Amino acid sequence: MTIFGIAAIGAGLAAIGAGVGIGKIGGSAMEAMARQPEMHGKIQSSALILAAFVEAVALFGVVVALLQAAPTA
Amino acid sequence: MFVNSFNVRTFAANLKQGIFKPIRMKINTLKNIVLSTLFIAVFNISFASETKDGGDDKKFDPKDMIMHHVQDAHGFHLWDWNGHAVSLSLPIILWTDNGLTTFMSSAFHHDDSGKEVVERNGAKFVKLHGKIYQLNEGANTVAFDDKHHATNASKPIDISITRNVFMMWVSVFVLFLVFITAARSYKKSENNVPTGIASFIEPLVVFVRDDIGIPMIGEKRYKRYMPYLLTVFFFIWINNIFGLIPILNGANLSGNIAFTFTLALFTFIITTFSGNKNYWQHIFWMPGVPVPMKIFLMPIEIIGIFTKPISLMIRLFANITAGHIIILALMSLIFIFKSIGIAPVSVAFSLFITVIEIVVTAIQAYIFTILSALYFGMATEEAHH
Repeated sequence: MTIFGIAAIGAGLAAIGAGVGIGKIGGSAMEAMARQPEMHGKIQSSALILAAFVEAVALFGVVVALLQAAPTA
Repeated sequence: MFVNSFNVRTFAANLKQGIFKPIRMKINTLKNIVLSTLFIAVFNISFASETKDGGDDKKFDPKDMIMHHVQDAHGFHLWDWNGHAVSLSLPIILWTDNGLTTFMSSAFHHDDSGKEVVERNGAKFVKLHGKIYQLNEGANTVAFDDKHHATNASKPIDISITRNVFMMWVSVFVLFLVFITAARSYKKSENNVPTGIASFIEPLVVFVRDDIGIPMIGEKRYKRYMPYLLTVFFFIWINNIFGLIPILNGANLSGNIAFTFTLALFTFIITTFSGNKNYWQHIFWMPGVPVPMKIFLMPIEIIGIFTKPISLMIRLFANITAGHIIILALMSLIFIFKSIGIAPVSVAFSLFITVIEIVVTAIQAYIFTILSALYFGMATEEAHH
């Protein structure tokens, strides 16, 4: 297997982790909004921020995979 | 090789009359938009024969195509027509040993493999993988080592107006146009009722103030940071949107790490310089924990100062670049399978991803702004005991 294939698997693993994380955030946010509809706006904005934090970790994985895949100049 | 390069000054004049005249009539203060006409007068559309040897036999390489779209380039390659590339060329500005050297990127005739040698100002230049190289003294053609690196050429200091720089200027121009028009409409209206474009801008500005500035920084101090937050929000948003316009051919500005680095650097500088005593105390000597823990926390907090802007930089860069790559990868499925049957699937999927990306343009601008505001809020927070 080439190094590109290994990098792609790494990016996929990072995506799994981010999927679990964002799923948990989204699920809890929905639950909280259903319990307290008056807090809808606040919960949504903090859920978005937290999703961005989780997503950043997956994106670090993607960037590393890209660095492996990109032709070295 | 046949080259038919014509300068389109008459075309520019028509464009000026057709597009800019109504705008000028509206905004009297912007009469001297010399900049915009200068840009267009500088370009010439060139039809040059492509240095393609294989033709259709050449195997399609999606990775190569995608990387070309995502990276910066000297000029806009619009489409191929009858085997000729139709492109907008941009000025190349180099700082060499003989001083400033400028020429148009059309001089290379779309060559990207270092075959076309351009001689200007006593030096020879070639374009190789999107970068300009200067040939050494006495060399007439570029030579390669076994790893396909140029052996007898070096890179001069390149301060060209590349397509990313060009798109940045376009978005700055559009932002000026929109916001100056909005500001003028407020001056005209009697009791500050928004009219025209201002009624579109005002909810967004109020959103940045009420949902980003005030909750993150606080009622007392948010006003100092509003100009920066608004600038960053609208600038990132408009550049994200421009990146999605297909004809502009992947002017992937907000997916360029240098661009996001500069924005993150601004946030870093503002955070560092607006940090109060309380902020620095929490970094160097965390109050309320035992002394061994204080020593243990200090290096972690110092690293934290730098990881915050770095994560801002990577987040915007990777989000936008990943969006572009996914859309292009879905489109290149047609060429990988070499079948028209896959086209409806490919187009449907890339349309779906494009719609998601339109949402992402706004979300990423929002995330960058709200996190910047959060860091400013952390830096200016008063001690509470």
